[in-house]
Order: sequence, then C-alpha cells, then structure tokens
Amino acid sequence: MDFSFLSQPAFSGGGTYLNWVISGVQWTLLVGLSAWVIALSLGSILGVFRTTHIAWLYYPATAYVELFRNIPLLVQMFIWYFVVPEIVPSALGSWMKQGMPMPEFWSAVLALGFFTAARVAEQVRSGIQSIPSGQTYAALAIGLTPPQTYRHVLLPIGFRIILPPLTSEFLNIIKNSSVALTIGVLELTAQARSISEYTFRTFEIFSLATLVYVVITLTVTLLMSQLEQRVRMPGYIGGGK
Amino acid sequence: MFSDLDFDVIQRSLPYLGKGMLFSLGLTLLAMLGGIVLGTLLALMRLSSFRILRLPASGYVNLLRSTPLILVIFWFYFLVPIAVKYFSGNSYAQGIGPFHSALIAFTLFEAAYYCEIIRAGIQSVPAGQSQAAFALGLTYPQAMVKVVLPQAFRNMIPILLTQGIILFQDTSLVYVVGLTDFMGAASKIAQRDGRLVEMYLFAALIYFILCFSTSYCVKRLQSRISPPR
Amino acid sequence: MSRLIRLLLTFTIAGLCINPTFAAELTGTLKKIKDTGIVKIGHRDASSPFSYLDDNQHPIGYGVDICLKIVDSIKAELKMPNLKHEFVPVTSQTRIPILTGGNIDLECGSTTNSIERQQQVAFAPTYFVTGTKILVKKSSGIKNYDDLKGKTVVFTSGTTNERAMKAYNDEKKLGINFIPSKDHAESFLAVETGRAVAFPMDDILLYSLKANAKNPNDYEVIGAFLSDDPYAIMMRKDDPSFKKLVTDTVAGLYKSGEINKIYTKWFQSPIPPKNINLNFPMSDGLKDAIKNPNDKGVGSCGKMSC
Repeated sequence: MDFSFLSQPAFSGGGTYLNWVISGVQWTLLVGLSAWVIALSLGSILGVFRTTHIAWLYYPATAYVELFRNIPLLVQMFIWYFVVPEIVPSALGSWMKQGMPMPEFWSAVLALGFFTAARVAEQVRSGIQSIPSGQTYAALAIGLTPPQTYRHVLLPIGFRIILPPLTSEFLNIIKNSSVALTIGVLELTAQARSISEYTFRTFEIFSLATLVYVVITLTVTLLMSQLEQRVRMPGYIGGGK
Repeated sequence: MFSDLDFDVIQRSLPYLGKGMLFSLGLTLLAMLGGIVLGTLLALMRLSSFRILRLPASGYVNLLRSTPLILVIFWFYFLVPIAVKYFSGNSYAQGIGPFHSALIAFTLFEAAYYCEIIRAGIQSVPAGQSQAAFALGLTYPQAMVKVVLPQAFRNMIPILLTQGIILFQDTSLVYVVGLTDFMGAASKIAQRDGRLVEMYLFAALIYFILCFSTSYCVKRLQSRISPPR
Repeated sequence: MSRLIRLLLTFTIAGLCINPTFAAELTGTLKKIKDTGIVKIGHRDASSPFSYLDDNQHPIGYGVDICLKIVDSIKAELKMPNLKHEFVPVTSQTRIPILTGGNIDLECGSTTNSIERQQQVAFAPTYFVTGTKILVKKSSGIKNYDDLKGKTVVFTSGTTNERAMKAYNDEKKLGINFIPSKDHAESFLAVETGRAVAFPMDDILLYSLKANAKNPNDYEVIGAFLSDDPYAIMMRKDDPSFKKLVTDTVAGLYKSGEINKIYTKWFQSPIPPKNINLNFPMSDGLKDAIKNPNDKGVGSCGKMSC
C-alpha cells in the first residue's frame, strides 16, 4: 500500500491529488448539508400535514411522499438535471443549462433534498403519532389552538423522539450525495475514481475514500448523541444508549 | 413545449427495456435472498455472547452502513476479478464479470442492513420463548431454528419486503459500472435517440408503479400479520 | 535399401516434421480460450464506424470486423472450428479494468494506443490514425480552441481527448468549465441540448456523430489536432503468444491488402443505421501504418513524439 501518490502533482488544474480528495470531501459535505436544509424543513412541514385530518393538507402531502419515495434517487437526479430544463419554457431552460452556475450542483441538491424530505416526513409523522393522544387533548383543553399545540407540545416532543432515526436520515443524505457523480458533481467518490484512473492506485484511493466516509459517519453520530443528551427530557423519554 | 415529444420511442424500445427490467428484477431477488441469509447469520453473530463472533460482525455491519453503495459497487467491480485471479491461480479471472461483481456487492451491502432488521426482529421475540425452549432441553441451534427465528421472521416480513423495494430502487446504481439494468437501458435509448424527456419520465413512471403497488401490498400484508393493537 | 532402413528413415523424417508447438504448453489468453471455449470481445455502443450498435443492438464496425478476423485466426491456431465468440459492452472508463480483469480478451473499439496505457495493456498494430478536434454548433460562433475561454465543455470520461483538452486549458489558462459524461452519445447530446458548447473527441468519431445527427448541418468539426490518436485493438499484456497471433493477423491483413476492402466498407460506403456514406479517404498516417505495421503509442504529452 503506497500512499505517496497523494503528494504527487495532479494531472490538471494544479495542486496535488490530495487536493482533489479534499475538494471531493468539500463537495460531498456541501451537497449533503444543502440538501439536508431542504429535506428537514420541507419534510417536517409535510410530516405535520400528514398528521392532520384536514383533507387539503393531508392528501397532497401523502401524494408527495408516495411519489418521491417510490422513484429511485438516480432517476430523480436525472429528471432534475436532464428533463426539467427541457420541459420548462425555453428561455428558462437555456438559462438553466448555460447561464446558471453549477447546474449539476443545484440539480443534485434539489433531487436529494426532495427525495429525503419524503423520508423525513414519514419520520416526523411517526414521531408525532407515537405521542399519546392525551397530550393533544390536554393541550386543546387548556385553550391552545391546533397550530399552537403543534408548536408547543407535539413538535418539541416529537423531534426528541425521532432524533435517532433522523440522524440516520442525515447520514443517508451524506452517503446518497455520491449518486450525484452520475450528473457530474465531483464529490468524494467521483474524485476517488478519477484518481484511480490517473494513478492506477485503486486499492489505496478507495480505502482512503471509505475511511473518510467512516470518519464523517462517526463524527455525525457522536455529535447527534451529544445533542440527544442535551435536549433529553428527564424522566419522559428513555434517553441515551 | 410538449409538441415535439415522441412517445413512440418507448413502444419501439419495449423489448430492450424488458431485458433491462429482467436484469433489475433478477439482481434484486438474488441479492435479497443472499442478503437475508447472510444477514441472519450476521444477526446471530452480533447477538452471541462470544466476542470473537460479535466484534467482527459489528465491525462489518458498521463499516458497510457507513459507506455509500456506489463506492461499495466500485470496490467489488475492481477487486473481485483480482481476488478471483489470485485464488484460482489462473492468469485470468474465470467467469467473473461485472454482473457477478455487482451481485456480490449488493448482497454484502444489503446483508448489513438486513442484519439490523433481523437483529431487531429476534430481540422482539419475548425472552420467555427462548428460555422455555432451553428449559425443554433444546440446544441453541434448535431453539433458534425451531422457535425464535420463525416468530421473528413472521414479524419482520413487512420490513424485509420494504427493504427489498429499496434494494430494487438501488439496483439502478449499476449504471455507474456500465451494466444494463432497466435504468441503463432507458438511458442508452435516451442518448442514442436524443429522447431524454420521454425515456426518463417513462422510467420514473415504471419504477413508481412497481414500487408503489408492492409497498401497498406490503402494507396490506402488515395489517393482516400484526393488526394494530 | 532394405525395408528396415526405409522404415527407420520414414519415421525419422516424420518425427522431424512434427510441429514442435503441438507439444508446447498454452499460456495466457490462448489457454483461457482453449479452456473456456469462447472468445470475449469488448465493443462500444456509440463509436461509429469502429464499434457501435446497429438498430438491433448488435455490435458492428470496422474494429469489430478486424476482431472477427482475429477470432478466425484463433480458430485456426487452436484448431477449434466451433469456437464461439461473445460481445461484451464497454465504455471508455471500463474498458481497461474489464480487460485486465479477464472479462474480455480483445477490446475492439476506438482506443488510442498510448505509452501510459501500455503500462496496463498491450496493443495490436495501429489500424486507424486520428486526433483530437472539437465539435461545436455553428450557431455558437466558436472558431478555434481559444474561443472556448470561460465556456462549458463536455468530455467523455477516460479518454485521451479529456486529457488533451484539460492540458490545453491549463496551458492557455482558458478557465473552461468541464462536465463529464459516460459515453460519446451522452457527450454529443450535451452539445445538442446546449448544455455544453464543445465536445473534444477524435475527429473521425465527430464526423460520424455529426453525420448521424438529426440536423447534421447545425454542427461543424474545427480546430487543429490537439493530440495524435493512433487506434489499436487492446489485449492483456505479458502474453507473448497471444500478442504474436493478433499482430500477425492484423499485419497479414495489411500485407494482403484485405484491409483496404474492410476500410472501404466502413468509410467509403453507406453504413447503418442511416445508410450514410462518410466518404473519408485513407489518411497518409494510416497508409504509413499499413505499410509499416507498428504498435507505437503516443507519449504523455499527447503527441507521437514529446
């Protein structure tokens, strides 16, 4: 195993292959975090809608979740990147293809965000539904409106309940960012493959990439468990490990 | 905007798309079977009281669950032929092609996820069951095979099937090593004929129909197996 | 002479005539083919007219035809008249790992023979000579490489053209934005849909893509050769017996003149899928390569002599 290739000058673009790896990690994290912002916000709203009995909130949310969960992420990315610019009005389409900076990045973020939002919605829904209904009735009984009930009672408890599965969704987003290589985002896995083609050090570079993903996973898991400890409600939810 | 779309291209390419779909389904089923068998083994290892079994199994599961599937596919695509050459002593890799590498990749990857599902399933069987089995004089393998696992699997079937649906969606990733599954076939036609919109929307539609109907059946199955209490 | 001596003489002469290679051990690819009974040929999907799929998804092309001649030679050499052959699709990125991994025995496509690749594989004698140019839409107004400053360029991953274009970009500091693609059809589509303004590729492939496009007159192939690209069939390296067979077969086609028939069939007659005639006469570079069969590769700078 010979890692010296990392300090060799890269074929193009200046810098060394190690710079390529670092660039890959940066793109992975950037795509993952940007998509997570979309996924968390949109997913929470949809999850809440799926717990109401108001038809015009419930059915569209359900339709969204079913649509985005049953189409593979790869297909969704292709549709955002290849299909959307072709079916919008041609001026907008041309801008999306030529004028917009980093079209592959935005397509990847939107695809990944909307895909994961469907899964987050399901987590939020199951989290809220696992709260005993007594809580809801008590809140309504003391005069809170339904939105206030969500804001002050259901969501705070619900999110604490679903922190573990939510962590795993966040890790999934980081891993799924690798699918963006198919539309040209030069994230970590893409860089690893590129480097293996130029240096033929396949085993070493894939080991390094795997190690980086493991480190990212461990870091996130550690941070999330710290968060779980901090927001734990003593005596209510069995917290910790 | 929609005027120059040519949906005939779908009709003309149906045989080729059909072959791709068979590939996707075949890979899914084989990986599911292999994954469940290996996953059960790993789950039992993780639950064992022997550290020499527990630690490697945990390490394996955690490693594969931290790695993106595409990277796992690349690993096996490049390394399986080298390993086969090494072990068979031949100067060539006999009979191992991209399909076999992909199958191995998917099976080993899914096994990690199935392990966690099965482990939870085994742990959900009341402890009294295994204790009663031991009290009756059954050995550990007998207790597992005849008492615990059947109950565990009965509870787990819906989740195992749902994971299978996810696996079916994930098979689209063999695109990155040039294998022609359903998505790969749709892609090739899309590029050859310049019909990106039609083919990709069609592919999305087919995946949606298949996954949605299967998960609907799974939901019905779930309510029959374990009615909400 | 007595009968006994005549008999002894007959046997001695017969013994001297027995071809010693009968007793020699087969190694490498020939051994693999003998053991498995099948030759696996790697082909491309969209490298017309060298190696591409016709309307029935069967691989055809100039390179494919030459490879089938090699299969005939293998049949003769191994005395296996019923030897089967199987086609395996490859892309620019997968062709080398699939070959070294043993999943194909020959790669018959549009692969450039380069010294760097010779570290991993071996090549048959050069069977076509071309170089990197760019395909652009006439409406883009791009007349030469320097007009690409600040623009988006698509490339097929794993090609020598990718490297040539990137090296040029670094040297002239053009600030080009590169987008990768999986194969030539996808790259061409990127230019067609306006996602990229140029596609650097071997000029013959560009002419072919342009000829088969929906609106061929929208495009043009421009620029001086950014790199030299001698095409050759790829095979595994460190396999002298197989390399000799392949080299002898191809050189044999050159000496006998049969190569001219194959060339005319693909470059100067109507070919599938649209029965278009490329009308591409043999270049001087190719005539030289035929007169003097060789497997010299391009250097790391992308030209024959660095």
